[in-house]
Amino acid sequence: MKAFLILEDGTVFSGTSIGAEREVISEIVFNTSMTGYLEVLTDPSYAGQAVTMTYPLIGNYGICYKDMESLKAWPDGFIVRELSRMPSNFRCEDTIQKFLVDNNIPGIAGIDTRALAKILREKGTMNGMITTNENYNLEEVLPKIKEYTVSGVVKKVTCKEKSVLNGDGFKVALLDFGAKKNIARSLNNRGCEVTIYPAETKAEEILASNPDGIMLSNGPGDPKECTEIIEELKKLYVSDVPMFAICLGHQLMALATGADTHKLKYGHRGANHPVKDLKTGRVYISSQNHGYVVDETTLDPNVAKPAFENVNDKTNEGLEYVGKNIFTVQFHPEACAGPQDTAYLFDRFIDMMKMKKEEQ
Amino acid sequence: MPKNPNIKKVLVIGSGPIVIGQAAEFDYAGTQACRSLKEEGIEVVLVNSNPATIMTDKDIADEVYIEPLTVKALEQIILKEKPDSILPTLGGQAGLNLAMEIAETGFLEEHNVKLIGTTALTIKKAEDRLMFKETMEKIGEPCAASLVVNDVESGEAFAAKIGYPVVLRPAYTLGGSGGGIAHNVTELREILENGLRLSRVGEVLVERCIAGWKEIEYEVMRDSNGNCITVCNMENIDPVGVHTGDSIVVAPSQTLSDKEYQMLRTSALNIIDELGITGGCNVQYALNPDSFEYCVIEVNPRVSRSSALASKATGYPIAKVAAKIALGYTLDEIKNAITGKTYASFEPALDYCVVKIPRLPFDKFISAKRTLTTQMKATGEVMSIANNFEGGLMKAIRSLEQHVDSLMSYDFTKLTDEELLEELAIVDDRRIWKIAEGLRRNIPAEKMHDITKIDLWFIDKLKIIVEMENSLKNEPLTEELLKEAKRIEFPDNVIAQLTGKTEKEIKELRDKYDIHAAFKMVDTCAAEFEATTPYYYSVFGSENEAVKTNDKKKVLVLGSGPIRIGQGIEFDFCSVHCTWSFKEQGYETIIINNNPETVSTDFDIADKLYFEPLTPEDVQNVVDFEKPDGAVVQFGGQTAIKLTEALMKMGVPILGTSAEDVDAAEDRELFDEILEKCEIPRAKGQTVFTVEEALKAANELGYPVLVRPSYVLGGQGMQIAVSDEDVVEFMNIINRIKQDHPILVDKYLMGKEIEVDAVCDGENILIPGIMEHIERAGIHSGDSISVYPAKSLTPRITDMIVDYTAKLARSLHVKGLINIQFIVYNDQVYVIEVNPRSSRTVPYISKVTGIPIVKLATKVITGSKITDMGYEPGLQKKSDYYAIKMPVFSFEKIRGADISLGPEMKSTGECLGISKDFDEALYKAFQGAGICLPKHKQIIMTLCDADKEDGVDIAQRFEALGYKIYASRGTAKVLKEHGVHAIQVNKIGQEAPTLLDLILEHKIDLVIDTPENGIERARDGFLIRRYAIETGVHCLTSLDTAHALISSLEHAFNNKDLSIVDIAEI
Repeated sequence: MKAFLILEDGTVFSGTSIGAEREVISEIVFNTSMTGYLEVLTDPSYAGQAVTMTYPLIGNYGICYKDMESLKAWPDGFIVRELSRMPSNFRCEDTIQKFLVDNNIPGIAGIDTRALAKILREKGTMNGMITTNENYNLEEVLPKIKEYTVSGVVKKVTCKEKSVLNGDGFKVALLDFGAKKNIARSLNNRGCEVTIYPAETKAEEILASNPDGIMLSNGPGDPKECTEIIEELKKLYVSDVPMFAICLGHQLMALATGADTHKLKYGHRGANHPVKDLKTGRVYISSQNHGYVVDETTLDPNVAKPAFENVNDKTNEGLEYVGKNIFTVQFHPEACAGPQDTAYLFDRFIDMMKMKKEEQ
Repeated sequence: MPKNPNIKKVLVIGSGPIVIGQAAEFDYAGTQACRSLKEEGIEVVLVNSNPATIMTDKDIADEVYIEPLTVKALEQIILKEKPDSILPTLGGQAGLNLAMEIAETGFLEEHNVKLIGTTALTIKKAEDRLMFKETMEKIGEPCAASLVVNDVESGEAFAAKIGYPVVLRPAYTLGGSGGGIAHNVTELREILENGLRLSRVGEVLVERCIAGWKEIEYEVMRDSNGNCITVCNMENIDPVGVHTGDSIVVAPSQTLSDKEYQMLRTSALNIIDELGITGGCNVQYALNPDSFEYCVIEVNPRVSRSSALASKATGYPIAKVAAKIALGYTLDEIKNAITGKTYASFEPALDYCVVKIPRLPFDKFISAKRTLTTQMKATGEVMSIANNFEGGLMKAIRSLEQHVDSLMSYDFTKLTDEELLEELAIVDDRRIWKIAEGLRRNIPAEKMHDITKIDLWFIDKLKIIVEMENSLKNEPLTEELLKEAKRIEFPDNVIAQLTGKTEKEIKELRDKYDIHAAFKMVDTCAAEFEATTPYYYSVFGSENEAVKTNDKKKVLVLGSGPIRIGQGIEFDFCSVHCTWSFKEQGYETIIINNNPETVSTDFDIADKLYFEPLTPEDVQNVVDFEKPDGAVVQFGGQTAIKLTEALMKMGVPILGTSAEDVDAAEDRELFDEILEKCEIPRAKGQTVFTVEEALKAANELGYPVLVRPSYVLGGQGMQIAVSDEDVVEFMNIINRIKQDHPILVDKYLMGKEIEVDAVCDGENILIPGIMEHIERAGIHSGDSISVYPAKSLTPRITDMIVDYTAKLARSLHVKGLINIQFIVYNDQVYVIEVNPRSSRTVPYISKVTGIPIVKLATKVITGSKITDMGYEPGLQKKSDYYAIKMPVFSFEKIRGADISLGPEMKSTGECLGISKDFDEALYKAFQGAGICLPKHKQIIMTLCDADKEDGVDIAQRFEALGYKIYASRGTAKVLKEHGVHAIQVNKIGQEAPTLLDLILEHKIDLVIDTPENGIERARDGFLIRRYAIETGVHCLTSLDTAHALISSLEHAFNNKDLSIVDIAEI
């Protein structure tokens, strides 16, 4: 069946419908990872967005359910050049075609994804509609497309109840703003007992459990929308419990301590971004997925200092909080999809908790 | 970290002559690195024995030494130039080995010269088998378990430990003979017992069998600060067991999930970090297709063929970045030249699919085995870029220039299903065609996967192509179907053939439906950042993003495609210089080429690079968009020449010598008319089509005769026939491929061969120099030792050659380059062949005369006159130096190939010996070719009857230098009669010890074996030559070469010093 991708600037791509046949309006973003489409599809940070894969051949190794980064697929839509008709991998359990249908994700294949990425790069991230309706009327649909905003997504993706991953090491409270599974897994693999809390959990409840450390997860949407969470983070900030935050968690912490965030023109989404540890000068390749960024000019030097920067566009990639056991990063040390080069940051977090414990 | 201020003068070591396994990729890497160093204000001293390279140009390095890559020559250069550093990682294994060798002597320390880029210890850790294994064990990276055993019991015990199947490799046996794969203990005992017996040292390596696993490679960069990135990963379609150089390779990997991709990526980073490499590195893995288990196969701590491929596949200039890292820069300080916005620490992201196919020399070595093993056999490769795998494969296939344009190009229809399945088990270069045939017969993909272990994903892609063949054959050609066929890159001629339409009709249909190629950019970042470097590939069904430019005159330069025997790196040298010259003259330059190993496909050589097959249709796509003002074909070898007619049809003016005149040189009758008009003699000959005609011609002319097809390069298919039987056989071989042009039968004159390259501006000619071959006519000019300036010509003959050259150039209205081969026979000059284009000798003669021939030819093409450019027409003054070009062969790599020289070219590369003294030049040339004597001072001579008398002088001179001479019965008899103390040895098959036993004892320096002309019926000579080659014994098949060798050895015996020459000063 034919499908169309209509951008808010009036550009129309026509291709083939994949996945669910329903119509959807969403924010269109692109990801440049060459592998890891399932991890991308199940990354809750994509809630409220439709993802374009710039690598043209998707679905080659099928679906291995174990690789899912959350319980379901989150993007509103999936845009590819070509879906492989025959997946091949020893762990392959299903085709991506079936996965998209099962997860009710509409999508479009057979379009010039490079041309689309170029439009988004040049004009910035914009909204779009995926439809199978050949008789669409641009005049009617464009205002509707423009109207769309990503909102309420953290509420949508966070867990409904707290849960625990047992371990005999440090007790870590993980605030789930849309956490990828590998964050909890990375901590758990290092022996931590990880308690996963819903995003709206009150600081008091978390602190009452007496955690050795608090982990703030990644998540979707505009950080400034999360006003209630920010209020809770202010309380956690003063608690003196070691904290580590990733992506949305990093942005929320910055907002909670008086800094500002802004939206990037088209964001960073891929598995190849170099980030520099400003202390050592070492550069690491990181997995990234963010549309917003902490504005370094709004940092109070007495509160937080830049710890990492993006080598390409010099935007902020991480903060170290002055006089606090808190460090936060914009990129994804939990990888999945993407390189594992910064997994050592979980060790750093463990060391931080260890030191804190020894102090006590 | 900024640049290290202590590095001011760097010696760069090249890789020497082109041989199989070490080809143009090192010229590409070396050239890029030298330019990168010069950019930083570093003085560059270059040494490479290969004169055909671009890196040995004086524009590329400050001081250039085309000297043999030996410790002695390197020491002399270091003493003279006093560099502070050596960059050893750009010259392939040859360069690396030489650097290690000299480092180990302590000479570098003594003279305060540092190895930069990568330390000696790092190189050792990566190269030394044991140290490598220990290093990998230390960081927990698995290697295939292996153990050297001396008895069956230890072998059994080890196999029981690591599990069956195991591979058994006896040490020091011919081409791995006596080895094999054992699946159980019974097989193990049998193979191992035999292997231990065959091995000279009684050793067999027992190794875990990983054949059939996926072969995956990562290209990794690391700087001195420890920052690491991967440039690209690649997946071999052929599983482990086929050398990666002989495999079809795709980038990025296609069948790896993120988990496997990142697992291996992390491993590669750990390895490069542990080895402490600063620069580029290649890591090869075997990945179990049924688990996460993997083994590290090999690490190359240097730039490599794979790194060249990765550079072209991603746009990331590995050699350039490696050079900057060697100077001390870190990855985050080095700008990405393609985007200008990102840095070298940004890992490339591809939004397309790259396919590489090796170019194998089986069209040249028809007697050779086509099987592919862990010993590389390919001479070159092609690469293609598309946004789908099927398209990439189809484009790469038609780039190969070996009469293939689809999966239907090899015919296996005559085989039964059973035979086909048996054939599939043979790993050779036609495997994908056999799979396609199987798919056509509906043999299940799984069954073929079980046999070949090629991943089902790739087999399914072949199936998509086969399904398209069927659709085109059986369905009406709708707009939709045509679109889909073009999307997966079916060429128009194949669509025409399948649909029963003409190519023209297909083109018209495409115009009607507006199905046209669009161009996409290789930008290293999947469109995430704006890129300005116009490096393009074509796709169908997408938006065009190539930028139209119209402010300058545009010239299209056609490259020479894959490196193969007969069309080597020389033509890339010419294409690049021509491009530079056009640029200098204010033209916008556009290159089309498909060879990832070359300098011409570097993104900053031409103003625009189109990475495309060199077929009329693919070239037309570019022409339709760019509308060039003209095209040059005379620098790209036969590949470019072949496109002349197509370009004219497209309305593109051919710059330089016109197509009609090119044709006149090739067309026998037209050419004869010209010769007659100029009163230039040639050997008598006739054109024929059939065997009967050939026999008639041969008998009229009288044997011996030369038989050859027209319009070929490198004398392909050319043979000297001495009997009717030979003629029949040669004609049948030639006619195996349908001939569009007649076959030539010529009287064979055994005289002195002379070669001339000249520039002609339509009126005047400029001859930089005359070259003379050491071997008499009958051996292909590319396989002959060439001497400049010619040594034995009388003034009268020289004048005749100059006069004939001028007459021929004028009569053919040459504008640009012309290459002519003459025979001097009985004090008379005959023309053998005229090529109105650049030749193999152009780079060499440019360098040794200091005359920039390609540049002058390019200027002539755009209207300059020779006299305007400051040159006197005619033959230029002789150089003070003798420059000797020595052919280099790769026979040991091609099992079953006959090494005897003849009219068909067999060499893969060349090196140079240059000196004021002729014999020293010869000595250096032999050294450059790896013939470094003496070793054991023992030689074997087996001469054909005609050569026996001539061989006496050679034998006497070897004997005078203290060599012991073994000879076959007949040869020994003649030698003894002339007082040589030859030792007679039995023939193969007779009582031991025979000649073979002697060779296998590894105590022979040289075999001089001259075969009878014609097809040799005796297997003896062939066997002796093969065994010699495979045991590393040098083997000469022409007495002329042997004469030259003994002269050079006599010189070396009397003169211990070696002079060196800076080419940049000529």
